[in-house]
Amino acid sequence: MERDKLVYMANQIAKFFESAPEGARSQGVADHINKFWEPRMRTQLFERVDSGRTEDLSPIVLGAMPSIRRPAAPLEERASKQADEHAS
Amino acid sequence: MSLIQEIDYGTPASTAEKTVTLTIDGNEVTVPEGTSLMRAAMDAGIQVPKLCATDMMDAFGSCRLCVVEIEGRNGTPASCTTPVAEGMKVSTQNERLKKIRKGVMELYISDHPLDCLTCAANGDCELQDMAGAVGLREVRYGYEGENHLGKEKDLSNPYFQFDPSKCIVCSRCVRACNEVQGTFALTVSGRGFDSLISAGTDYDNFFSSECVSCGACVQACPTATLEEKAVVEIGTPEHSVVTTCAYCGVGCSFKAEMRGEELVRMVPYKDGKANRGHSCVKGRFALGYATHKDRILNPMIRDHYSQPWREVSWDEAIGFAAKKIKDIQAKYGRGSVGGISSSRCTNEEVYVVQKMVRAGFGNNNIDTCARVCHSPTGYGLNSTYGTSAGTQDFDSVEDTDVILVIGANPTDGHPVFASRMKKRLRGKPGEEGAKLIVIDPRRIDLVKTPHIEADHHLALKPGTNVAMLTALAHVIVTEGLVNEEFVRERCEWDEFQDWAAFVADERHSPEAVESVTGVPAEEVRKAARLYATGGNAAIYYGLGVTEHSQGSTSVIAIANLAMATGNIGRRGVGVNPLRGQNNVQGSCDMGSFPHELPGYRHISNDAVRETFEELWGVKLDNEPGLRIPNMFDAAVEGTFKGLYCQGEDILQSDPDTKHVSAGLEALELLIVHDLFLNETANYANVFLPGSSFLEKNGTFTNAERRINRVRKVMAPKNGYEDWEVTQLLAQAIGMDMNYAHPSEIMAEIAATTPSFANVTYDLLDEKGSVQWPCNDQFPEGAPIMHVDGFMRGRGKFIRTEYVATDERTGPRFPLLLTTGRILSQYNVGAQTRRTGNVVWHDQDLLEIHPHDAEQRGVRDGDWVKLQSRAGETSIKAKITDRVAPGVVYTTFHHPMTQANVITTDFSDWATNCPEYKVTAVQISPSNGPTDWQEDYRELTMESRRIMPAEAAE
Repeated sequence: MERDKLVYMANQIAKFFESAPEGARSQGVADHINKFWEPRMRTQLFERVDSGRTEDLSPIVLGAMPSIRRPAAPLEERASKQADEHAS
Repeated sequence: MSLIQEIDYGTPASTAEKTVTLTIDGNEVTVPEGTSLMRAAMDAGIQVPKLCATDMMDAFGSCRLCVVEIEGRNGTPASCTTPVAEGMKVSTQNERLKKIRKGVMELYISDHPLDCLTCAANGDCELQDMAGAVGLREVRYGYEGENHLGKEKDLSNPYFQFDPSKCIVCSRCVRACNEVQGTFALTVSGRGFDSLISAGTDYDNFFSSECVSCGACVQACPTATLEEKAVVEIGTPEHSVVTTCAYCGVGCSFKAEMRGEELVRMVPYKDGKANRGHSCVKGRFALGYATHKDRILNPMIRDHYSQPWREVSWDEAIGFAAKKIKDIQAKYGRGSVGGISSSRCTNEEVYVVQKMVRAGFGNNNIDTCARVCHSPTGYGLNSTYGTSAGTQDFDSVEDTDVILVIGANPTDGHPVFASRMKKRLRGKPGEEGAKLIVIDPRRIDLVKTPHIEADHHLALKPGTNVAMLTALAHVIVTEGLVNEEFVRERCEWDEFQDWAAFVADERHSPEAVESVTGVPAEEVRKAARLYATGGNAAIYYGLGVTEHSQGSTSVIAIANLAMATGNIGRRGVGVNPLRGQNNVQGSCDMGSFPHELPGYRHISNDAVRETFEELWGVKLDNEPGLRIPNMFDAAVEGTFKGLYCQGEDILQSDPDTKHVSAGLEALELLIVHDLFLNETANYANVFLPGSSFLEKNGTFTNAERRINRVRKVMAPKNGYEDWEVTQLLAQAIGMDMNYAHPSEIMAEIAATTPSFANVTYDLLDEKGSVQWPCNDQFPEGAPIMHVDGFMRGRGKFIRTEYVATDERTGPRFPLLLTTGRILSQYNVGAQTRRTGNVVWHDQDLLEIHPHDAEQRGVRDGDWVKLQSRAGETSIKAKITDRVAPGVVYTTFHHPMTQANVITTDFSDWATNCPEYKVTAVQISPSNGPTDWQEDYRELTMESRRIMPAEAAE
């Protein structure tokens, strides 16, 4: 069976921060995911957690969830592109 | 334009600070102590005749042509071997000297063929010049006596020939091989009249000898004895342009010597600050790919990759691609397309690609091939020091006392820097060489090579770098070897204490991790003591550090070691990532990562984004985009549909080929912009022909942050430089982009990126090159970083817990496969496979220890099947004890090997950099290529069909 990549990646990050001083662990994971994960990856992570499928996720990842930015608006509303302005 | 003639001062420059004043031919000259009379004369503009001397190596004093007279001294000393002294009065020309020189030349010429007019070196021959300089008009001895004429030429090297008849046995080639390259392949065999230059043993020719074809001997030869075959065939060049090699991250400067638009040869440039006049077989000779018949020069399109290609006009190809991009975005959303920039392209080209993606596509789905090599360097050095770059220049190695090489194979991957490193390791008369620690699963050449032997080779098991580095830190902390003064002054003290307590834990001791790393604890302790107490210690590392599931952790561990021992911020020390491709550093600097704008500034930073938004007239997305592996995942899931891929062969170079091809197959648009129909192009429906580095202007940034100019020496055979192609596409999707020259792009980079603020083409022309940061604080660049303080302020220590990779050996896959490269080939081989370099390496081989081979009934040269959890391939075996039992090794230069069918999709926790260096495998005897390899060959043939454009009525 194919590994669930997203869960695997999240847990891998948690593994690194596991050795960080207590209190900094979940924050480390959240900062890392906020910094490097594209919104659709974060969306998938939220979908999983929101639907309660958390059994494979490290507790540190779960602890990070409140600090992970929930992608709010779809991309179209976040940025405009030059092509649109030219088209009008 | 004319041919650039570099001054040969005859002997190397002296580095002494004290100066000496003397008189040469009545001119007063002041030079550093230790300078030779020959060099001092040249400083005064007086060229003393010479044959055996050249400033790339130490004086030898054999030809007796450079004799001079010194007032108050007897005889006629050789000016090359005589150092200057205060108040000396020297004559370089008088009746006695003239007579001696003429006599010497007369003897040389009496045993030299007089075929100057038909000789390849005609007009570029020092022997010819000297015969003229000394006024030789006749040879009284005649030419009938015993001589060396009519000897057979050695044509075995693909790029140069050796004609012993023309040899004057000045031994410049031998000394170049020893002193400059450090291979010691050449020797003078015989004595007196029987003296001959010999490569290897009596039975060898140049090809079969240890010669690595670096070209140093050819460069050194004052006659036509060692001559480029290209010069023999074409003739001598008439003009030259200084440019930068497009192979590895060393970034050597070369003179491209031309005749019209034809490249005659590449000659290493002495003023090049990365290479100091040296070269390797790739940069010096492997240029044939630029004019290879496989190069695609016309744009091509097709609706689906199963169809044959259709050659079309640039307009049609660009229009087709732009329409597809718009259609895909309209249908699947703005985030459904992206781009990959190339570490082989210029800074300006990379900048333009990321600009098109961010401002034109309107998302941040831009990544670069550094993802699969040095992205962990970015993460690790940024976290600890505050910026993603090597801390030193290459010259720094000259002041190093202890060199620690981990996960790098410089003699193959970075050969010109390796030669400089070897020079320092050998030392010189009266000056001991640097000590050497090698941490590598394989016995790389550097471990034992002529006149060099590693003090410690820690042959660890693949995948255990973090355990090893943390054990080294354990020894340094617990044995009291920390440079506390440095740490207190320069680093966060609390974090240091936390880290020190962490590494001091008994579970990190060399004894505790011995069972994991497989390296005897005492050896680790000795290496740690040497690194911490041996003087200036410098770490050099490569992809053997980064391409692991803990790649970023290893980089952090390296940074920790250097801080703890105070080995940062001055010459001779530092942390030096050896970059793989010519412009990996530059492509990262230029904002190729999906989360960073140029200059390593996060996309969520409003102020930085506003700088670009104002200039580009668009609003930018503030969220990070997809990284390359995420792009493949999203493509398979169906949310990513279009990709512009410039100068990278992701199908061959990225791990887990089957997953990559599944991703590429799922795309509706794949634009490949390249010199060749590479493996990725099998799945493309738009092909935009690229230009070679000889055909464009721009800059490359090498591993020491050095920004070097790339200069156009011929018109692009495909019609456009690569930045122009990207600009055409950007215009077609509606962007207002109108650069007329790459210098305008650099001006925009400088205007937006503080670390490049002072960089201009004028400054680069004036200085030759500069190392960023180059701004008001460092107006001429910064050879050494973190001199007065770290870029981030205070250095940050971070704990590095070893976590074993999930890629484990077991009963089904008991061996560990690790990968690397070889001197003669480069990366996926797209360039070097299309040059004479294939004579050295025409296929990838699997290195296997005799013990493992015997157990499986495998003999040297047998086909073996190589299987992992990801896939299988077949490859020929090479039995060697370079690898330890339980470890096998191969290169990935040839597409039919498909080594990446075997590698898994495990990756670095922080950056998704693939874990190329550890794959659990099994091998078994085999009859030949696997079905998959055969099918793939067919697919490739099928996919490369081209229908020529229909002629217009």
